[in-house]
Amino acid sequence: MKSVVKQERMALSGDEAVAYAAKQSDVDVVAAYPITPQTIIVEKFSEYVANGEVETEFVCVESEHSALTACLAASATGARTFTATASAGLALMHEMLFVTSGCRAPVVMAIANRALSAPINIHGDHSDSMAQRDSGWIQMYAENAQEVYDSIIQAFRIAEDLNVLLPVMVGLDGFTLSHTLENVEALTDDVVKQFVGTRQFPDVLTHEGTTAPFKLDPENPMTIGPLALQNYYFEFKRQQEEAMANSLSVIQKVNSEYAEISGRSYGNGLIEAYCLEDAEVAAVCLGSTAGTMKTIVDGLRQEGIKAGLLRLRTFRPLPVEEIRSALGNVKAVAVMDRCISFGGNGGPVFHEMRHMFYDVNPHPYVVNYIYGLGGRDTSPTELRSIYEDLQRILKTRRVETPIQYLGLRE
Amino acid sequence: MTTQEWKFTTKDIAEKPDLFLSGHRACAGCAPATVLRLIMKATRGPTIVTESTGCMEVVSSIYPYTSWATPWLHTAFETAASNASGIEAALKIMKKKGRLKQEHVDVIAFAGDGGTYDIGIQALSGAVERGHDFLFVLYDNEAYMNTGIQRSGGTPHGAATTTSPAGTAIPGKLEYKKPIAEIMVAHEMPYVATASPYYWRDLITKVRKGLEVNGPAFLHVFAPCPRGWRSDPARSIEYAKLAVETCVFPVWEAVNGVHQLSTPSKLLALAPQKKKPVTDYLKGQGRFRHLFKPQNKKMLEEVQSMTDERWQRLLAKCGMTQKS
Repeated sequence: MKSVVKQERMALSGDEAVAYAAKQSDVDVVAAYPITPQTIIVEKFSEYVANGEVETEFVCVESEHSALTACLAASATGARTFTATASAGLALMHEMLFVTSGCRAPVVMAIANRALSAPINIHGDHSDSMAQRDSGWIQMYAENAQEVYDSIIQAFRIAEDLNVLLPVMVGLDGFTLSHTLENVEALTDDVVKQFVGTRQFPDVLTHEGTTAPFKLDPENPMTIGPLALQNYYFEFKRQQEEAMANSLSVIQKVNSEYAEISGRSYGNGLIEAYCLEDAEVAAVCLGSTAGTMKTIVDGLRQEGIKAGLLRLRTFRPLPVEEIRSALGNVKAVAVMDRCISFGGNGGPVFHEMRHMFYDVNPHPYVVNYIYGLGGRDTSPTELRSIYEDLQRILKTRRVETPIQYLGLRE
Repeated sequence: MTTQEWKFTTKDIAEKPDLFLSGHRACAGCAPATVLRLIMKATRGPTIVTESTGCMEVVSSIYPYTSWATPWLHTAFETAASNASGIEAALKIMKKKGRLKQEHVDVIAFAGDGGTYDIGIQALSGAVERGHDFLFVLYDNEAYMNTGIQRSGGTPHGAATTTSPAGTAIPGKLEYKKPIAEIMVAHEMPYVATASPYYWRDLITKVRKGLEVNGPAFLHVFAPCPRGWRSDPARSIEYAKLAVETCVFPVWEAVNGVHQLSTPSKLLALAPQKKKPVTDYLKGQGRFRHLFKPQNKKMLEEVQSMTDERWQRLLAKCGMTQKS
């Protein structure tokens, strides 16, 4: 095992951590458009460009739609590409998210998670990226600025892995992470450059029957983004799903390789189990809320309550087996959704959780809490009440309200 | 080789290998397919092509086949210019980092009128403002033909389409064709030109000029569509000639914002008696058939007067006036 390398402690906001990680990852093309709370990323990166600190072509596009399109096209040409957005910007990219994953372009994108209009609101929730759940992108959510930094670096390795070749979005909670200054241990430029390596291309069959690297190369003309009809389209989609499945082990491998050099890992890369070994009641959440939840769990443990937490770091692909195994002995699970699925039976994470325990007998009680929309603060008292609810469910063996709203005026 | 020394003969054209190959599934009489083939004959070296969604994309890339003997990318409808932006940015940085095998790679973006006048104009305007080095080719068949002949910002006044049908209350499209090439000139870009495939030498010379320009170039090519125009497939190139002869579609170029008529239109400016009435161009096209009914006489006059008005405006820009 390699020893942990020397690192520099920096005071960075989540957005600055993203820009710094992208700077170190030897990105060829960045195309981006400003939107709160992502703007600092673009501003910071522009500074690096203006000061000659990066060898990157920065394309200051006229919309998020063009930002992602330019990244996709640059990626197809052979460049390592990065962009960042939030909220309405991600919604505007919606069409191109599918095209990017369909073209198997390993674009990396940071999402400073923010509410969707209307009413317009610039603060944090997960509505933006949850709405892109089925777009064929790997989705990861970070807990703090340190993890934001580490995840962006890891994302290039995951996206560009030849068994994956899928775009990756890394979520950081708007303002809570994007704008809050934290201590971040940063690796040196050389170490990061070596870790991400140079981009590799798979050999694919060309139209002339030979094989060539999958990119737009005048020496090996290739048609990328064709029309595929009833006879081939389905196979393209199945291959994307296979790549998603392949990414489960790649994310774990990258997480552990990164741990070897940095000394930091995030669970197994897919999920982080906190005090779950003997837990009877547990919550499942994404992003920065996990930090507060861990404090709540610590307090409950001191009181002798067997409480735990599962933080879902990777939401797409959904690590079903890992979650089932981590929550194996838990009797009541509270799933936290910082997003609303209008007219649905609970939030998007809840759907997944409840569904995956259908075949498990005996399965735990699984209830849902929708919280923190539009940046609404969720207090420790409110979070603690979730565990109290779970204990009551275990005691009464009854679920009165499977879907609840936390911290809301009714 | 610069454009000045570069003289394309019919023999040269015939001998140069095609980059847009036969076997594509364009309709009989499709002028856009001819336009693409001619344009690809005018390339000067390694070239990456990108296309917006549209007829030419659909007919040329049906998996697992392709008509493209050059690297080719399609992503979406409104993205020809943003694709080109990304490709050009990648080529630039890869060259700087020593990862590009070629000394230079040209980038050509193709889009139809929908992908240019309408849904693609934002990306196009942005890409030109940023100054990417690429040639944007608009093949203008004057409606959304790929989806079944719906009106676009490029559909001319009076034309019947499936979303501007010639009804009893409304006789076809009431609005006028957007002056897209002038909009591009207003971007103060280095090279803008219009061309017709009938004058093929003029067309390919303009392609070469557009590629040679350092920065963005815009080429507006008139491209008759017999399916959408309800016209005889055998007459597509003839309509491309008549459009120029009637001044419905004059051919010109603007180098660094300075307008100049190209020879076919210049001859008409010098010999105005040779300028044909618009009816010579309109007749025979099913999309204009209703204009020849007595109740639509006014509309027919409007087409002529708007054509004349735009022609005069163009002449003034070119520093010419026409004696009436």
